[in-house]
Amino acid sequence: MADTVFRAAEDGALPQIPVGDWIDSGFDWVTENFSPVFDVISAGTETGVEGLRDALLFPPSILLAVVLAVLGGVVRSVRFAVVSLLGLLLLISMRMWEPAMATLALVLVSAVIAVAIGIPIGVSAAKSDRVSAVLRPVLDFMQTMPAFVYLVPAVTFFGIGLVPGVVTTIIFAMPPAIRLTELGIRQVDPELVEAGHAFGSPPGKILRGIQLPLALPTIMAGVNQVIMLALSMAVIAGLIGAAGLGGVVVTSISRLDVGLGFEGGLSVVILAIYLDRLTSAFGQQRGRLGGIPSFLSRGGTVGKAGLGASSRSADAVTPVGTDQNSPNRPAR
Amino acid sequence: MPAVHAEGLFKVFGRRTAEAVDRLRDGASVADVRERGATPAVIDVSLTVEPGEIFVVMGLSGSGKSTLLRMLNGLLEVTAGTVRVGDAELTALDDKALRRLRQEQMSMVFQHFALFPHRSVLDNAAYALEVRGVDRATRRAKAQEALALVGLDQWADQKPGQLSGGMKQRVGLARALAADTDLLLMDEAFSALDPLIRREMQDQLLELQASLGKTIVFITHDLNEAMRLGDRIAIMRDGRIVQIGTPDQILEDPADDYVRQFLADVDRGRVFTARHVMVEAPTLVAPTAAPAHVLQTMQAHRTGSVLVGDGDGRVAGVATEDAVRTAVATGAPSLAGVALLPPVDVRATTTLSDLLAPAAQDEVPVTVVDDDGRLLGVVPRGAVLAALGGVPRPAPSAAPAPADPVGASAVATKETIRG
Repeated sequence: MADTVFRAAEDGALPQIPVGDWIDSGFDWVTENFSPVFDVISAGTETGVEGLRDALLFPPSILLAVVLAVLGGVVRSVRFAVVSLLGLLLLISMRMWEPAMATLALVLVSAVIAVAIGIPIGVSAAKSDRVSAVLRPVLDFMQTMPAFVYLVPAVTFFGIGLVPGVVTTIIFAMPPAIRLTELGIRQVDPELVEAGHAFGSPPGKILRGIQLPLALPTIMAGVNQVIMLALSMAVIAGLIGAAGLGGVVVTSISRLDVGLGFEGGLSVVILAIYLDRLTSAFGQQRGRLGGIPSFLSRGGTVGKAGLGASSRSADAVTPVGTDQNSPNRPAR
Repeated sequence: MPAVHAEGLFKVFGRRTAEAVDRLRDGASVADVRERGATPAVIDVSLTVEPGEIFVVMGLSGSGKSTLLRMLNGLLEVTAGTVRVGDAELTALDDKALRRLRQEQMSMVFQHFALFPHRSVLDNAAYALEVRGVDRATRRAKAQEALALVGLDQWADQKPGQLSGGMKQRVGLARALAADTDLLLMDEAFSALDPLIRREMQDQLLELQASLGKTIVFITHDLNEAMRLGDRIAIMRDGRIVQIGTPDQILEDPADDYVRQFLADVDRGRVFTARHVMVEAPTLVAPTAAPAHVLQTMQAHRTGSVLVGDGDGRVAGVATEDAVRTAVATGAPSLAGVALLPPVDVRATTTLSDLLAPAAQDEVPVTVVDDDGRLLGVVPRGAVLAALGGVPRPAPSAAPAPADPVGASAVATKETIRG
């Protein structure tokens, strides 16, 4: 009995829904009607990414490697500077510097755009339950849709090359920026927000002066995730002609060149670890640059100390941070 | 003009709130309204806070007291009713005007301090002024002053995370004081502190209040705190105010069994003061009075001692019956030569616990004096124990017990002895 029912279903008792056809015709329509828009986006993105790539390739590679390592040292630690210098020098020695910088440019541009779009969306999601409810399935869709599937429509709109790579990377990498911004702001102690209201602070000032600074560690964790996802997508974008390490990996696959593939992969790993450690240092306020909240908190004298000290957790009159790099040492 | 005036306030959460208010007004029970999906938090509350008083709203958790407080500064929108702050009708203001009102006329102290962890103590204290747009130098100077008021000026550059709980709340208080608003709303401000610190903070608040004369609406669940701080107390239960009155009125005439139950937990030794148990001040015996006359009066009243004045309303000392008898025997013309015992003075605000020791000695009556040392009344010895034990206070006119050796009755009255 049950068997026949299932068989009936397989044989077409349920109507076939041509989701694919609808999507196809939808994309065709968009392509036909909005191609000037895509052209503008294309031109802008291409200029941005290629300009940044050229800028990264302009100085001697060793000099830039040293500069990047020093940046790591300033933000995090000397040990990190040394390790990243070794990694970056290895990139140069493997002759992977040029594709690595192309990938870095693509990642940075995509990440900046993703963050620039994602944080305001995250803020509005934190402010409105309705926005949040609408966004949630959209974000799920963006994150779980297999990355390769993005490539096809992107190519339809922008053709083969760098731009569809950037666009897919932005879409793929944006969700953490939105989610973690929302989470960070929602996690801010409601009593603090209430205190802002109680003293007559307007909502914009509460956002800038209280919510964003206190959500910053979480938001920075989101930025870190955006960069990591952008990097992974940038490699996949090699499949549709985006230059860089993705291209190297794709070439090695088509030639079955194990050595080249490994070099490309290793370069991605080096870049990934460098970017991850660098950006997470910003987020955790562990490094020597502790004053990021002061960018956001107008009139605050954040100075040297960071955000780590939570008001409720530490009642004792002792420094909160135990990390030796902690900026929370009392400045007596 | 009252500092705050609330009239017929309702706050109902949930669905169909307006309908719920109508039903409550028509006398529907809370349970009845709840069944229809609305949750009343504050029901038909009216109150008036006079300028310069500490008005305490007391109730258990869930009684609606914090909700009530948040309607007084518009953090929560009222479901029905009006709130006036000064001459502004808060409930009629738009967002912008409401923010302005909060900036200029009211500040708030929070249960969990609500200090901004990313700002220094000084910048926390300066927050209200910053919001108001006061320039940096001025607001920092004012914040520093406010910190000095609460004794934390040394900590201005620290982060709140580096302070203890009591210190944090003093920063919270400084932040509210720096705003220099007339009205201070304090939401369980001391509840998160341990008892010793809490008492310290209460003292500090009373001290500050005495010098600054703010109007304070203070929320608490602790009746002892309410009694200690409040000029008037409103007791809330299930969203309604069951009684408003001075601590004395509430102690002496609890509105219902609920309030009475509360009072059972009051630490009477700390809440009642000499003012509650003292009886009318007797006329002091002039030092010039004739000993024989005094002795006669004492015997007539069967008392063992009289209070001798200094001619200016202060108590010079206490003359015992033996001393007066000696003076009569030696033929002294007045009480001037009589060896007087030093008076045992207490203030009207002395708590019963602190009265026990003075009342325990048996020769000299305990006298209650004002700041200038002038006699206000005397404390009958039995009255301290009676008040501690919750025995209703006898009417002020009650005749003194004839056998009382040194109590209130020990003192002659105006008619009998004149200087």
